[in-house]
Amino acid sequence: MKGPNPGPKPPINPQSNMKYICLGNIDPSKFASFTDAERNAMMDSCFAYDDQLRANGHFQGGEALQPPDAAMTLRYANGRVVVTDGPFAETKEQLGGIMILEARDLNHAVELISKHPGVKFGPWEIRPAADLSEMMRESEARRQTGKR
Amino acid sequence: MSAPSTAEIRTQVDAVFRQESGRILATLIRLLGKFDVAEDAMHDAFSAALQRWPAEGIPANPRAWLISTARFKAIDAMRRRRRFAASQEDIADTLHGGQPGVAANASAGAGDDELPDDQLRLIFTCCHPLLAPDARAALTLREVCGLTTEEIARAFLTSAPTIAQRIVRAKAKIRDERIPYQVPSGAELPERIGAVLAVVYLLFNEGYSASSGPSLTRADLSAEAIRLGRVLLELLPEPEVIGLVALMLLQESRRTARVSAQGELVLLEQQDRSTWDHTLIREGIALVERALATRRFGPYTLQAAIAAVHAEAATPEATDWRQICALYAALLAMQPSPVIELNRAAAVAMSEGPAAGLALIDAIVARGELRDYHLAHSARADLLRRLGRQDEAHAAYEQALGLVKSDPEIRYLEKRLRELG
Repeated sequence: MKGPNPGPKPPINPQSNMKYICLGNIDPSKFASFTDAERNAMMDSCFAYDDQLRANGHFQGGEALQPPDAAMTLRYANGRVVVTDGPFAETKEQLGGIMILEARDLNHAVELISKHPGVKFGPWEIRPAADLSEMMRESEARRQTGKR
Repeated sequence: MSAPSTAEIRTQVDAVFRQESGRILATLIRLLGKFDVAEDAMHDAFSAALQRWPAEGIPANPRAWLISTARFKAIDAMRRRRRFAASQEDIADTLHGGQPGVAANASAGAGDDELPDDQLRLIFTCCHPLLAPDARAALTLREVCGLTTEEIARAFLTSAPTIAQRIVRAKAKIRDERIPYQVPSGAELPERIGAVLAVVYLLFNEGYSASSGPSLTRADLSAEAIRLGRVLLELLPEPEVIGLVALMLLQESRRTARVSAQGELVLLEQQDRSTWDHTLIREGIALVERALATRRFGPYTLQAAIAAVHAEAATPEATDWRQICALYAALLAMQPSPVIELNRAAAVAMSEGPAAGLALIDAIVARGELRDYHLAHSARADLLRRLGRQDEAHAAYEQALGLVKSDPEIRYLEKRLRELG
């Protein structure tokens, strides 16, 4: 049943869908010994489920991440920004990707993610997106009037 | 003749959703065997309605259209899942008509799209004794009343993950224990009804008086509890169901009178009775009489009868305290409890004088009971005050203050202390 992506489903009540961020940690040791065929099957099942989430209007964005050894870390110490390369893979589990998920409520988000084949490979975290719009409005107002 | 606009259709779909989604979900859970599959199918069907009804018109029987559409959507979804990731479990589901989620009741009319008792099945399943008690309320609010996890968390003054976990565990328990999706019958029914009524009354009480925090009432939960009670009343008019609905309506009738404009607690004898909702009172009294007439009534009915006697008094002085005392005695015979004894003592004080009431309360406390119950101490304090024993009254109010948590109740007790002088 191939066809163009129908786009996100209209919610019954425009207010009804909530945003959750899924932090997809992965433990590479869990598939280190996979054969090519096994790895392909794993990726196929993950991408296929991502497609399902898209088709049903739940996938609102996401990115896979390159491994931590491609990362830069910025800290603030002694009055200035300190830049280092890394972190290198210190912990077993690393952040492998992030997904922005739209779901009816927290239990619905849990249901959707619990069926993702990627969950097998490392704990995944679901957190509701924080609504900072009120805070941003107040900040905007302060910046407009030039008050500190 | 202009076609209805998309906005008008949306308003109508919203109305159908509010009215029918509970029944539709209950039927779909039976037909499809799993909570999550049923939920998704239902929401898919409503989305389809939004897309198709502007062009096709609103069907003559929206509920049947939605259930039928939901089934097709569910089968579609299962086929897609099978193609994407052939899970053995999924294939078994489709072939054998769904089993692992909610154990199907073989004798139910599997061919019928809708059975009148589908909602009852859902309610009884959500309130099943095998589920953890705090999970039953959360599950009922989500699956029967349609509240979101976040709304339930706000109502119970707890976090969304806490509620989410209760619901996850409850659904897992239903699946693992193969709890059947059916209305209990025969000998099982009274106890199972008791479990359901306990959940409904818990929800009502959570809405009626917050156990801690700034506001004394949370109206939304009480409204949900009453709505649920009415559904039960229609489907299962057993005496205690009638009694509980009567009790909730009578207590609800006093909602605005119970708290002052400043958020202060107003005692029954000081409430402005003109603000009592007399429509609710009339309905509550009629239901009490109906329950009492069955002669098979229980504690909820008696509590409702007591509330009815209060509701019938145009002024506090007109209250028939002797009847209330008699009802409390009957209630105690059925359900011995120190709290009920305390309430009876307060009624005896009104009927026979403060000394008689105080003697009863002192006897309870002497037995070692209710020592940590603030209402026992504030009741003692009030009677001591009426007997002119000011110092002892002062001490008793202090004791009550040490035990109370909600702000309005704290302020009320502090006010009584100040009035003592």
